[in-house]
Amino acid sequence: MLVARSLTKEYPSGTSSLAVLKDVSFSVPQGAFLSIVGPSGSGKTTLLGLLAGLDTATRGTIELDGTDLGQLSEDQRAQLRGEKVGFIFQSFQLIPTLTAMENVQVPLELRGDRDAEERARALLERVGLGHRLDHFPTQLSGGEQQRVAIARAFSNRPRILFADEPTGNLDVTTGATIVALLEELNRESGSTVVIVTHDLALAQRAHRMIRLRDGVVVEDVATASAPVTGGAAAGGGVSAPGAQPGAAVTTPLPGTTATAGAPGASA
Amino acid sequence: MAATLGQLSRLAWRESRTARRRLLLYMSSISLGVAALVAIDSFASNVTRSIREQSRALLGGDISLNSNAKWTVQQDSIFGALTAKGATLAKQVQFASMATSPGSQATRLAQVRAVGRGFPIYGEITTSPPGQYERIHDAPIAVVDEQLLQVLNVKVGDTLAVGQGRFQIAGTLADVPGDPGLSSIVGPRVYIGDEFLNTTGLLVFGSRAQFEVLVKAPPGIAPAVLLIQYNKKLEEARVRTRTVAENERNLTSAIGQLGDFLGIVGLVALLLGGVGVASGVNAFVARKMDTVAVLRCLGATSPQVLFIYVVQSVAMGLVGSGIGVLIGVVTQFALPQVLGDFLPVNVRVALEPRAILTGLAIGSWVALIFSLRPLLALRTVSPLQALRRDADPTVLRVKLADWPRLTVDVAMIVSVVWLAAARAGSYERGFALAAGIAVALLVLAASAASLSWLARKLLRQGWPYVMRQGVANLYRPANQTRAVVLSLGFGAFLVTTLFLVQANLLKQFDGARAASRANLLLFDVQDDQAPGIDSILAAHQQVALQRTPIVTMRIAGINQWNMTQMLDPANPDSVMRATWALRREYRSSYRAKMLDGEKLVAGQWFGRRAARDGEPQAEVSLDKELAKDLGVKLGDIMTWDVQGLKIKTRVTSFREVNWARFEPNFFAVFSPDAIDKAPKTFVVLASVPDAKTVMQVQRDVVGRFSNVSAIDLTLVQRTVSGIVDKVALAVRFLAVFALAIGIPVLISAVAATRRARLREGVLLKVLGATQAQISRILLAEYALLGVLGALTGMVLSFGGAWAVMTFVFKVEVALAAGPALAIAGLMLAITIGIGLLGGRDVFRETPMAALREA
Repeated sequence: MLVARSLTKEYPSGTSSLAVLKDVSFSVPQGAFLSIVGPSGSGKTTLLGLLAGLDTATRGTIELDGTDLGQLSEDQRAQLRGEKVGFIFQSFQLIPTLTAMENVQVPLELRGDRDAEERARALLERVGLGHRLDHFPTQLSGGEQQRVAIARAFSNRPRILFADEPTGNLDVTTGATIVALLEELNRESGSTVVIVTHDLALAQRAHRMIRLRDGVVVEDVATASAPVTGGAAAGGGVSAPGAQPGAAVTTPLPGTTATAGAPGASA
Repeated sequence: MAATLGQLSRLAWRESRTARRRLLLYMSSISLGVAALVAIDSFASNVTRSIREQSRALLGGDISLNSNAKWTVQQDSIFGALTAKGATLAKQVQFASMATSPGSQATRLAQVRAVGRGFPIYGEITTSPPGQYERIHDAPIAVVDEQLLQVLNVKVGDTLAVGQGRFQIAGTLADVPGDPGLSSIVGPRVYIGDEFLNTTGLLVFGSRAQFEVLVKAPPGIAPAVLLIQYNKKLEEARVRTRTVAENERNLTSAIGQLGDFLGIVGLVALLLGGVGVASGVNAFVARKMDTVAVLRCLGATSPQVLFIYVVQSVAMGLVGSGIGVLIGVVTQFALPQVLGDFLPVNVRVALEPRAILTGLAIGSWVALIFSLRPLLALRTVSPLQALRRDADPTVLRVKLADWPRLTVDVAMIVSVVWLAAARAGSYERGFALAAGIAVALLVLAASAASLSWLARKLLRQGWPYVMRQGVANLYRPANQTRAVVLSLGFGAFLVTTLFLVQANLLKQFDGARAASRANLLLFDVQDDQAPGIDSILAAHQQVALQRTPIVTMRIAGINQWNMTQMLDPANPDSVMRATWALRREYRSSYRAKMLDGEKLVAGQWFGRRAARDGEPQAEVSLDKELAKDLGVKLGDIMTWDVQGLKIKTRVTSFREVNWARFEPNFFAVFSPDAIDKAPKTFVVLASVPDAKTVMQVQRDVVGRFSNVSAIDLTLVQRTVSGIVDKVALAVRFLAVFALAIGIPVLISAVAATRRARLREGVLLKVLGATQAQISRILLAEYALLGVLGALTGMVLSFGGAWAVMTFVFKVEVALAAGPALAIAGLMLAITIGIGLLGGRDVFRETPMAALREA
């Protein structure tokens, strides 16, 4: 369960300050598949950074599984990330000096797991890279790199996974397989997945979509991909049960979006 | 559950994969410093251990008794008593004399050593062919230095004339314990049995000779105990004593001092390497920010991150130091070949684990402490950077009260002071050295800051674009001005200081060479032989340039005190007077005028002030250093014992004497009226135009007056030049070595901004800049950096050279701007070279590749 309450982030700008996020509140139940959309500069990445504990909010609180991130020190937040959080980045962010296998092992080794190697191997096989374990990032294609990144993100069995434009650096076909993979893993593992993107098509494949504009939530809706048994409501706080087998492997149907806000806010 | 150190170390090892070579390059900055320390320490302990092992052989006996004059009855009776007690004695007389080949008529000044049976008691003088030394007591034969054979153009089996004596050359000397090989260059050694000394007819009045008796303590009596029993008697009889321990101490302390000086050079080189490590690791840190941000995202705590990169640095520091140790050990094994001639002992080269471990430890510590400071910045890398590529420029900004950083700073300062103190021998000197280094670094930092400031102030829009761009690089954010000026300047400082020290040391000799007009020096000329010498010179159309009288004497009293009173420790007056100066024999002269090489520093030259009532008429002028040691002031009355006659003189002036000149110089010079009636010998100086005439004059003089020695100064000068060249070579080697350290240091300094430069260059290329334009931008920037760094280093080196010459060598310093400028030019060229080399990569990369990477 991830809960954000009245999140505000301001950056000093000359003598005054610039608010990038303004009073943002919502909650995400365990296992949900959520997307955050908005144009450049709307505050998406800032919000992601705050939710993942990479940065601290100027005001407001974030609770991850009942832990108030604001109460933790930098290193305690790092430990929490190591235990409960997974990351996927637009530019993959694999460590260039490590092989695919070793990259996946890093989060496990950082927290002292003994079975790092087995698990890394299993995950890479799961993402279809069982034959490329000892390759370095530069020897892999973009799609392969992102699959390694996904394996790495899931290696520590995260309670929640954050993905920042995960398909941004990939072509359409590769992007689609990556999203499918994310969906599958979301279902299999029961991890919450939060995707930040300005790609509306991708956003639609999540079960729920939050739209930001100028640092304010302007829309919070269930998408067409949302499991039929679940309900969606604007205003936040509504849970969307995850781990529904077969709920979202297909391409979303354009035009069936239940939007409450302006449709013009596309990427 | 947290990661174990093993897991983190494994991660560190894997993560270092591509960075190892680069890190090693940065760490190689310390390799040469470590090499210097290991080589110097190992060799010094090889030498001292060899001296310790061979100490008895080096002295030849348990105790050595010495005198400058023939043994007196009183002295002989002491030797008799020693023999009676069961001690073994062996004698030697050593003096300079001309050795002549009756066949070739060639002559050469030699060191004649007439030795008694059983000399030396310990150690063995070996010859080639073997066994000849043992035969010299049985027949008039001699064993000589190989060199003498060459000079005289004779071979083993030929006859050698020493004075009136004739000796058959039975062999050449292979090894004489306790004698550095170098001593034979000054005068080749000729060993004869003392049974045949009288046949030479030498050792007449005034001849300079060293008389030595070696003593082996009787069984059951320790040499020290024996010495205590006889010390008073020996002292009364004016016999100098030397024990094995004293000899060992003297020899090792000389080696130790040389080792200390070289060790300080090595340490400074190592610290320069440390600066290189710091800037290299700084560059490394800049490259690793992205990876660190990702690691932080993946849950790494800042101590974990720090651990990973400290492990990498320490490992590479260890490898860098290890390479240094290897180079050091190789150098150590080569050193005896180079320095063998200077050493009084056969050095047994062996690995010195202590020196190796010390070098490894100091090197690794310097690598650690200097890399820790930049590495600490990794603690503050935010995981947010993994999300945002436009890295926050404040990421690496340091807080003012950052305790870990302050701790590292303090540890750095403390370890530099401690290392300096350990090398320099005292905390006082350690602080001075560390302060000197700190001042140098501060001056360099200040000049870098002012360069940035000036570049900003002076930049004009009217300048050509490439010029503006290059100059602007000096002050733009993340510029490399400070890093480059600091490393370059410090390197230039070190190299130029070494060079200036060398030049100044050598100048001492050069000055002497240039100043002497004469090239033939005849000494021990007796009063009645002077007209004969003149006629020989006249026969070769030459005249004596200078005829200097020499009178031997001792001090009998100063003011109201006689010698016994002054040597009495109970007398408060004795404290201020150095015993050596009171007891020694003085070879003095008299003349009305001062010499060119002398300078009056106090008082007035002879005859300027009449004696007051009760004052003696005779005047004396003393060397100012001697006056200080004797505790004598102007106006004091000194009484001299001139071969039994007491002469009172007034001290009327002090002189500064240049002892390095090839001229007879004197501690005490008298007004002519004081001692011209005393028994004396002469030193005659002549300027003889060509080598052939020099040889003929020598031959004639020696043929007629066998007691007179002739020195061909050209030969001596050539010998001295040879030695000087060897020393120069050693110091020049040090300078080149410092320069060699400077290069990885500079590369490290430039590395910090290399990537930014590369990206900028590629962007410029995308925007249409040509290779020539980009080169010129780099040229402008690096030329300015180079000029400033090299010049600041040069100015600093004047201070450094002054400090070394004043405090270490205690001689006046002259600053040679020409060579210093040449070094500065060289450093400038290297800087520009390294800068342009980095620019080459700009042209190698396609713009696309570089843009994608960013």
